[in-house]
Formats: sequence, C-alpha cells, structure tokens
Amino acid sequence: MLTLSNISVSYDGSLILRDVSLEVPANSLVCLMGRNGVGKTTTLKSIMGMAKTDAGSVKLGDADLSSMRPDERARSGLGYVPQGRDIFPHLTVWENLKVSLVVHGAKQKGPLERVLELFPVLKEMLQRKGGVLSGGQQQQLAIARALLTDPKILILDEPTEGIQPNIIDLIGDTLVKIKKEGKISILLVEQYLDFCLGVGDRFYIMDRGAIVAQGPIAELNDEIVKKHLTV
Amino acid sequence: MIAATQPRQFILMLEKVNKTFEGFKAISNLTFYMDTGELRTIIGPNGAGKSTMMDIITGRTKPDSGKVEFGADTDLTKLNEPAINRLGIGRKFQTPSVYIDHTVFENIWLSLQGRRGVWSSLFSRVTPERRDRIYEILKTVALDSRADTKAGALSHGQKQWLEIGMLLAQNPKLLLVDEPAAGMTDEETHKTGELLLSLEGKHSIVVIEHDMTFVRQIARKVTVLHQGTVLCEGTVDQVQDDERVKEVYLGRKKKS
Repeated sequence: MLTLSNISVSYDGSLILRDVSLEVPANSLVCLMGRNGVGKTTTLKSIMGMAKTDAGSVKLGDADLSSMRPDERARSGLGYVPQGRDIFPHLTVWENLKVSLVVHGAKQKGPLERVLELFPVLKEMLQRKGGVLSGGQQQQLAIARALLTDPKILILDEPTEGIQPNIIDLIGDTLVKIKKEGKISILLVEQYLDFCLGVGDRFYIMDRGAIVAQGPIAELNDEIVKKHLTV
Repeated sequence: MIAATQPRQFILMLEKVNKTFEGFKAISNLTFYMDTGELRTIIGPNGAGKSTMMDIITGRTKPDSGKVEFGADTDLTKLNEPAINRLGIGRKFQTPSVYIDHTVFENIWLSLQGRRGVWSSLFSRVTPERRDRIYEILKTVALDSRADTKAGALSHGQKQWLEIGMLLAQNPKLLLVDEPAAGMTDEETHKTGELLLSLEGKHSIVVIEHDMTFVRQIARKVTVLHQGTVLCEGTVDQVQDDERVKEVYLGRKKKS
C-alpha cells in the first residue's frame, strides 16, 4: 500500500535519516517506534513531503508521490495527524471538520456522520472552539479531521502523548475498528509500547536515523525492547 | 576534638530548583551535584527538562526558587549569561556554530582572543606561544591536519569537533555539551566519544545525549531526568535495570 524505499534526509551535513525503507501493507496497522530523536517524525514528514529528502521514493500503491507537494500527497490519500495535533484553536469543532470537507470537495453527509459516530464526544462539542477542548478531545478531533479527507493511509504521530489512559484506550479501539473496516491502513509513530502491542500488526524500530528491527508485532521481544527502546 | 573533614568539592550544585513557564513545571524540585573533573551524562525523554536545566546553569533562564552554585560558593542565580560564561562555563548547542568563512586555525584563534576587545582581536599577531596553544587544541580535536581548511568545508562531525575546540580555547572549568553525536556517522560518533573521554579530569563535562550507543561508550555516572527532576542516577547498567526508567521510556502510564 504505502512503500518507502531508501529514504535519506540530511540537514547541513547532519544525517537525520539513513536509508529508511518501510512498508504499510493493506489492511494493517504498522507501528514505527524508537526513542526520542531517532528520526520517527522526520520519516513521517518525508512521507508527507514536508522534509526534503536526499534520496529515496514514496509510493502509494503504484503511484509515485516522491515529487508531489504535501497538499497533493494529502489529496492522493495520505491523512496526517501531526504530533501536537495542530487543530485550529480559534475555529469551532464543526469548522475544524469542515476544513477537511472543503479541501476534499466532499459534499455528502455520510462521512461526517461516520466520524461523529466514531468519536461521539465531538458531536456534543460541535460549537465549541477547538482550543478549549481537552488534549484527548483535540486528538479525537484531529483524527476525525484527517478521516474526512477520505485517506487510504492514516498517519499518526504519537496520538497518546499527554492523554489520559481511558481516552488512550478509546483511541486505540477506534483505530483498530477503522482498520478492520478494510479501507484504511494505519501508520502509527508511538513511544508507548503497550499501546503498540495492543493495536499493532507489525512494527518497525528506528535508532540513529535507521530502521534497526522489524516484524510482526508478536516478535517484538524483550531483547529488542531493551536494545532499542529502553535506555 | 572533632577531626576536620574536607568537604567534597563540587563543581556544580543545584538544590531544590524550580522553574515554571506559563503553568508548565519545566523544572521541579531538581537537586543535582557534580564533582570536579567528572564526565556526567544526562538522558531523559523529550520535555524532561534537560535544556531548561542547562539554561538555568548558564543564566539564560532564572529559576523561580532553589540554589544554583558553581565551585565553592559562586551563586549563579545572581549572575547574567556573559558573567557566567566568563567564570568558565562553556556551552555547546546541538547544531555546530563555527565561522564558516574562516579557517579552522582562525576559528580557534578567534576563540582564544575571545576575552579581549575588538581592537586587539583585529590587530594582534599570532605569537609563537599562541600558535603552539592553537595546535595543541587542534590536536586534541583531531583537526591539526585541517588547520588551513575553511571551516565551511568540514564535515558535520568535524564542525562539531571544531566548536568543541573553540570552547576548549577558552579553557572552561565546566563544559555543557548538548547532543554532540546527533547526525554524525558511526565513526565520527565513536571519535567524539573518545574526544570527550580524553577531556575527562581536565575539565568537568556534562553531556546531554539520546544516542544510547554513544552513551554507553562515554558514560561514567548517568543522570536520568524526567518531568523536571532526577528520576535516578547511577551507572548505565543501574539505570538500565531501573523499573521507573523502563516505564518512562516505554511510555507506560499509570492507570487511574
């Protein structure tokens, strides 16, 4: 589905990504893990065209996205929820959602009803300003907004960061549900190991800008965790 | 009669330091002691307070409360950034900052000149003693063969070493080094570790680092910061086996 091949990124001679290749197969939830500063977010940004790559390609199905602008990639089917969520704080929840609908040109009501069904709390909050929502509500809004662009791949950067445990469970359940519907695959950057073990199908681990381990989530053993995730 | 015991000589002491930014507690009751000549590595997840801690030591940020002392009895909270730098506290930020249009030699020379006025910096000659000192520093940072190269032509790793050399030219007592190995090749990373180890004892050094391979290479005593305070301290093995550290790194939340 989504294929990154040999992506390298450097900034002023400093190596950020070293030959990163990864794949998000159809109907799967892939976790990209690693400590701080190992290149996870830069990997997502290079998928979205927001980081200048020195080499490598990004493909969605057969389509090569490598030379596309970020907005073109989004329209091609990449839904990106950045770290920190980046909702519009001065727009209402409804307006935040409308932005996606407008961008994508969708007129029908179906998709909106569906995301409100996935995240019922948003339905109660439609007229509130995005900025006054709790972190967990903002995260749900950001995911809902990304879903309204009708993505083939949903890309999430640390959706559990700073969010209370019951909302984390809810987000995890929702991601699994979305994946199981079979239309959307998910690439999840996450440092919360137990969350990944709960929702993921496959994992990749990065260290020093490179992929150092990968496999089905069941193969993510203590040895790998100790070597690349804990200190 | 009570025998007079020599108190331990700390180069740096932070006691019960607090700092809040707009309601966010960046540093929380932080207590940290460091011996003279020590090479200390500080690790911790994002937002643990590592940078704020460095900002407080260098006077860039003033703490809301707590003691910050340098050497025997210098209260750093009363001094501004340049005054703290003149005391002999040098800081190296993560990205290299060198004069790219000057040679490697000139970069070190300008740093030696650092404490003089503009006039003498512009017009003073390189005395044989200074020349020797500059080459001594260049040898330390493994750039003696590149003395006449423009700094802009150096590799990323070499620029980082040059900047460490520029700090050494000011003969600091305490060196604060932020993620020196970031973006380096494996070989450069290893050489950086050897460089820092060679400075141990001659200078007191604090290294902030994420790269655990590098940490294992240089680590003596490791301090793990979390939520603005010290979570634990010890050898790499000790902190590695600490359950609290594992929890923090694996993002485990306490279920409420």
